[in-house]
Amino acid sequence: MRVEVAGQDALIVYFAEQASVAVSAQIQRAVVNINSRMADIVIDLVPSYASLLVIYNIDQCDYYEARRQLREALKDTDAKESVGGQLVTLPSYYSLESGPDLELIAERGKLSVDDVIEIHLQGEYRVYAIGFAPGFAFLGEVDERIAAPRLATPRQKVPRGSVAIADRQTAVYPAQSPGGWNLIGLCPTRMFDPDKVPSMPVQVGDRIRFEAIERDEYLSLGGNL
Amino acid sequence: MKGFTVRQPGLLTLIQDRGRFGAHNLGLTNGGPLDGQAFAWANRLLGNPANASTLEISFGGLSLESEIDSVIVVTGAELPIKVDGETIAQWQTHPVKAGDSIELGYTTRGTRAYLAVAGGFTIPASFGSSATVVREKIGGLNGDKLQAKDQLSCHSKSLHQHYYLADDDRPQYPDSATLRVVPGYQLSQFDPVERHRFFNAQYQVTDRSDRMGFRLEGEVIRSNINSMLSEGICHGAIQIPADGQPIVLMNDRQTIGGYPKIGSVIPLDTAKLAQLSPGSTIKFESISPEYAHNLHWLAKSRFERTQPVKC
Repeated sequence: MRVEVAGQDALIVYFAEQASVAVSAQIQRAVVNINSRMADIVIDLVPSYASLLVIYNIDQCDYYEARRQLREALKDTDAKESVGGQLVTLPSYYSLESGPDLELIAERGKLSVDDVIEIHLQGEYRVYAIGFAPGFAFLGEVDERIAAPRLATPRQKVPRGSVAIADRQTAVYPAQSPGGWNLIGLCPTRMFDPDKVPSMPVQVGDRIRFEAIERDEYLSLGGNL
Repeated sequence: MKGFTVRQPGLLTLIQDRGRFGAHNLGLTNGGPLDGQAFAWANRLLGNPANASTLEISFGGLSLESEIDSVIVVTGAELPIKVDGETIAQWQTHPVKAGDSIELGYTTRGTRAYLAVAGGFTIPASFGSSATVVREKIGGLNGDKLQAKDQLSCHSKSLHQHYYLADDDRPQYPDSATLRVVPGYQLSQFDPVERHRFFNAQYQVTDRSDRMGFRLEGEVIRSNINSMLSEGICHGAIQIPADGQPIVLMNDRQTIGGYPKIGSVIPLDTAKLAQLSPGSTIKFESISPEYAHNLHWLAKSRFERTQPVKC
């Protein structure tokens, strides 16, 4: 673990060179410690794959004090017990209608479309990071057999709720936006709703499973086609 | 509630308070004024709360009609302003009457001006802030830049005393700047010769610069990194993508990203950068975090000590 300066009011902690479930758990532990012990000086935390950006209030404390407090808060994050994160199940309507890239992924992996869906369903994914857009959660990792590079030409419009794969990551688009991920299904759960508290159903460190639903159920849960 | 009607929104006019903090965990960026100093003076001259909602006018062209009696001030970039056909001065509070037109021309020095109204515009907060981030569709009016016919609510107010900021106390908006940088992030992954090049080269601001980031053109800088995991990006971070041309990440940046960074420009100087037009030249200067903190406190102390002058 090492701490580097990021900016005049920001420090970044690097926990490892690679992301893993263990590293994610360690970062979660650090987030909990920092939130409980440094609440009066911390403005924002950005946990990501193997790092944690800590933005502090320089009107409240100087660089040395921030570094000292951070060092303390990071002390007992190594513990073996893994912080679980909550398990969140997201319904997904997988079909050629809702997942226009299913066949492409199947072809590439020499699988059937049903295999692709089954493999995606078998995984339990970690929320490694949230960013790119409000509510966009990067989930990892998908089975190598269904990993797929980003589209050469991104789509102008990816519908909200699209369940998607890029390399070994999967995600649910929180809003309609342009995007280059491979689309395999649609999830009726809003990943980001500014009018709701909490505005996201997941946070970094949570574990996600997908559950297959039929077209009717997708629509009755508020999904659009 | 009454207030002002937008006749012409100009090129890019955004409702901004100080910005949105504590929501990076949802992927929400800060937003807020690109030039925090000019923004702070706009509210201070009117005796507003420091976080009152104002308009950030990029490049000018805004035209409003007042429906109430109120007081306005315009700070920041130089541009011509007319109230009911009469030219008025910047950095000075002015009464406006119901029915008055307020017309801003285009910026002649600097690029970001701030228009504040006594008491601030009444804009509902989203995640604790009215700051507009168009990319996120958050803040302001429906998360968008101002459009013709928009209604900007505010309370009717009058001031018994008007104020201006003395010439000597106003920020200057030259067409070049030295930006002070706290080195960090992947600094050690840049060879000494690359670092030396970066801190001695001159860069030009390109027209591919916006509230997310300012793209620069000049000496190519190489890092020893081929790929890296996405990580949190703080305000002012200087990203060096594969083409070696630096990008200074500003208020509307994405909160995470996977390009190498050599350090971060201090906020006092991202404000200077934000006022520059394409083609302006900049240099970078390396400073310690301690020195950056000193500069922050000096600027804060100077702001607090400087008193507006009675008209």
